[in-house]
Amino acid sequence: MENYILEMRNITKTFPGVKALDNVNLKVKPKHIHALVGENGAGKSTLMNILSGVYPYGTYEGDIIVEGEVCTFRFINDSEAKGIAIIHQELALIPTLSIAENVFLGNEQTDKGFIINWNKTHSKTIEMLKKVGLDENIETKVKDIGLGKQQLVEIVKALAKDVKILILDEPTAALNDEDSNHLLDLLIDLKAHGITSIIISHKLNEVTKVADEITIIRDGAVIENLVKGQDDISEARIIKAMVGRELTDRFPKRKHKIGDVRFEVKNWNVYDPLDQEKQIIRNVNLNVRRGEVVGISGLMGAGRTEFAMSVFGKAYGKKISGQIIKDGKELVLNDVSDAIKNGIAYATEDRKTAGLILIDDIKRNISLAALSSLKKGVVIDDNLEIKIGEEYRDKLNIKSSSILQKTGNLSGGNQQKVVFSKWIFANPDVLLLDEPTRGIDVGAKYEIYCIINELAEKGKSIIMISSELPEILGMCDRVYVMNRGAIVGELSAEEASQEKIMHCIMESNKEVSK
Amino acid sequence: MKKNFSNAILGSMKQNAMVIALGVVILLFLILTKGVLLQPLNISNIIQQNAYVMVLAIGMLLCILICGNIDLSVGSIVGFVGAISAMLIIKMGMPVLPAILISLAVGFAIGVWHGVWIAYVGVPAFIATLAGQLIFRGLTMVVLNGQSLAPLPEGYTFMAAGFVPDIANVGSQNLLAIIAGIVASGLFIFSELNKRRNKRRYNFAVPSLTSFWARIIVIIAVINFFTIQLSNHRGLPMSLVVVVVLVLIYSFITNKTIPGRHIYAYGGNPKAAVLSGIKTKRILFWVYVNMGFLSALAGIIFTGRLNSATPKGGNGFELDAIASCFIGGASTTGGIGTVVGAIVGGLLMGVLNNGMSIMGVSIDWQQAIKGFVLIAAVGFDVWTKSRAKA
Repeated sequence: MENYILEMRNITKTFPGVKALDNVNLKVKPKHIHALVGENGAGKSTLMNILSGVYPYGTYEGDIIVEGEVCTFRFINDSEAKGIAIIHQELALIPTLSIAENVFLGNEQTDKGFIINWNKTHSKTIEMLKKVGLDENIETKVKDIGLGKQQLVEIVKALAKDVKILILDEPTAALNDEDSNHLLDLLIDLKAHGITSIIISHKLNEVTKVADEITIIRDGAVIENLVKGQDDISEARIIKAMVGRELTDRFPKRKHKIGDVRFEVKNWNVYDPLDQEKQIIRNVNLNVRRGEVVGISGLMGAGRTEFAMSVFGKAYGKKISGQIIKDGKELVLNDVSDAIKNGIAYATEDRKTAGLILIDDIKRNISLAALSSLKKGVVIDDNLEIKIGEEYRDKLNIKSSSILQKTGNLSGGNQQKVVFSKWIFANPDVLLLDEPTRGIDVGAKYEIYCIINELAEKGKSIIMISSELPEILGMCDRVYVMNRGAIVGELSAEEASQEKIMHCIMESNKEVSK
Repeated sequence: MKKNFSNAILGSMKQNAMVIALGVVILLFLILTKGVLLQPLNISNIIQQNAYVMVLAIGMLLCILICGNIDLSVGSIVGFVGAISAMLIIKMGMPVLPAILISLAVGFAIGVWHGVWIAYVGVPAFIATLAGQLIFRGLTMVVLNGQSLAPLPEGYTFMAAGFVPDIANVGSQNLLAIIAGIVASGLFIFSELNKRRNKRRYNFAVPSLTSFWARIIVIIAVINFFTIQLSNHRGLPMSLVVVVVLVLIYSFITNKTIPGRHIYAYGGNPKAAVLSGIKTKRILFWVYVNMGFLSALAGIIFTGRLNSATPKGGNGFELDAIASCFIGGASTTGGIGTVVGAIVGGLLMGVLNNGMSIMGVSIDWQQAIKGFVLIAAVGFDVWTKSRAKA
């Protein structure tokens, strides 16, 4: 019987309509670095959220065993008490507080009662910053240090709580390579000091470098467990396990009638609206033809959404430069209504917070982007609006009690159909679809694919952003691969494969690190 | 299904709750004041006492519809505009009409001032209008030199205290008021029938014919009761006409036109509105310009009713306007609320004030009771929302 510091046994977690985790087993040995890899949405983060108590005991099935003891975490504090700390992708630091204040936030150093002993706080912080090799004044505000250093502060914060198991969710996603290497070295160093780490990462080169054991998750289930020294842990091997699912008939066929180039974006550059030094999109060139579905593939944070929104009437970004050419004519789109007027539509990835007016009914959501076409004199023609609403409810099979139902009460798939209705009604020539099937069930996905096909067959040009590789491969005539804000590959439907796409991304990561 | 049903009931309760509450309050004070409340003179009084609050409530509703923004400056604008027009007329001897037009233009300009700060510079509405409150209260005192200006000519007070002249002299009754009631009833029946016919054409559920006519008869009875009562006094108060016209215009804009729809969409989800091509900054700007303009109109009505411009004129009116909107069912987070609701909210407070005054309740208690009504109304709003989410 081997000795494990942590076991997660038969974990099953269901969200309404989706089984996020299906009977997952995870065993972590003490003083190991254990990597968790898998595609977006495979269930890695869900598993870690269960472990840390974000999803409390009772909302999932299965057992968590820490050092031989069954644990029932109800709050994050419970897991912290057991020495488990999770560091999320979005850091949980208060930018306006100093490093020392952040390190002991929620864990304030007091003498007795509730008065903070600042001397104790400061001396402890100094000591621990040394440990992780962070050379900063402890009085510096967190907002004034770089992302890499902030990541270290997060780790120090965890260490201050006597952490035994450190969970890092994509710790290097936002870091440059120097900072990434420093962080990975630190993990190895911490291992020597008896701290176990679980690291979630897309960067397979990093994973193979530091991990002692790798667990691969796909579609909410563990596919493989690879141990360094025993198994082959090459990147190619891991990619195959990550994406190696069978593609059955999940994607409807469409009749190909691809025409001339309809829409082109040239030398597109975009900077972060908050930090105008930071370039988000680097010199992107792409085009789409009539009747063509073009995919943009890439990992989360690759800049795909930012690209689409910046094209859509500068809805995102600052210092935007480049050309947009439609039907041979250059367009200047200064706001969203310009974009809509020129036949461009963007269906957001985030339909609840940015796509729909949830407190409004179906018909009013459908008509919103093209109200002027319902104008009769100065008023909105209510009867026409009802007619349009009924027409789309019927055509797109929106399951609802009536067009007067509030969109907030619809299921995800039906909400997405309302979003599609809205944009189809605006009658665009080019549709930018951002994660069109995120979070909806398989049946509704199929219906959405059919709608996309129908649009393409009518000669519309479609740019589809998706993090689901099978969907990209099953739906697109051509695929652009995006990474770190740049196009790093263009593949035809014939040559595109999951391995090739992953390979493009990994290669570009290597190039940057060279 | 059952949940949907109970939500629907809650929804309709919320829609009608304030009308029902208004009815209950009226009935209560009718009894407590032994009928004084609904006597012809007092009905006229309630309308004239509250017209300016209702005008402000209409403008405030649009602000609140946009993500729950409020305008804290309206009371000061009321005072400032009153001071400007009194100065123009009394000190400078300007005729009434140009003075009123200049006053309205001043309100418009103040709205532009707020709109620029809020929509284009990005100062939170709360701060920008708090600054406006201080600025225009201060300027009111500067203009008036700390003293009241009175009296104002009859032309100026007409909108606040005047009555629409009768068309013919028939006994003691005012014929115009009675005719207005009959015409309004006719228009109401016509529009209700029209609505019903449209709904049927699209196969939507319509209430049974009995309840449909029952509702119409009740509403017509109420309308005609009030117009007949008014005809027994001096006829239609001019301020009633102003409020009714504004209600019709703003209901039309909010319900039927594209700018109106954009306001609701913006309040319902600003991000989605931007991504649907709605020019949100422009909407924000014009809503505050409109608020400034309506504040000026309210200022003229209020000053006319008081027949003097005072340094403290309009103090605290913003709170009455805000309370009217929330009591009338507007949502604190925006996107929900109607012009009619805000008017009902304003009337409810007006009746409370008036009823308590007749009964001799002290001003301190009046204030406290208004506070309780406000917290109950908004508490109800929040409660129904949290239920809808669960």
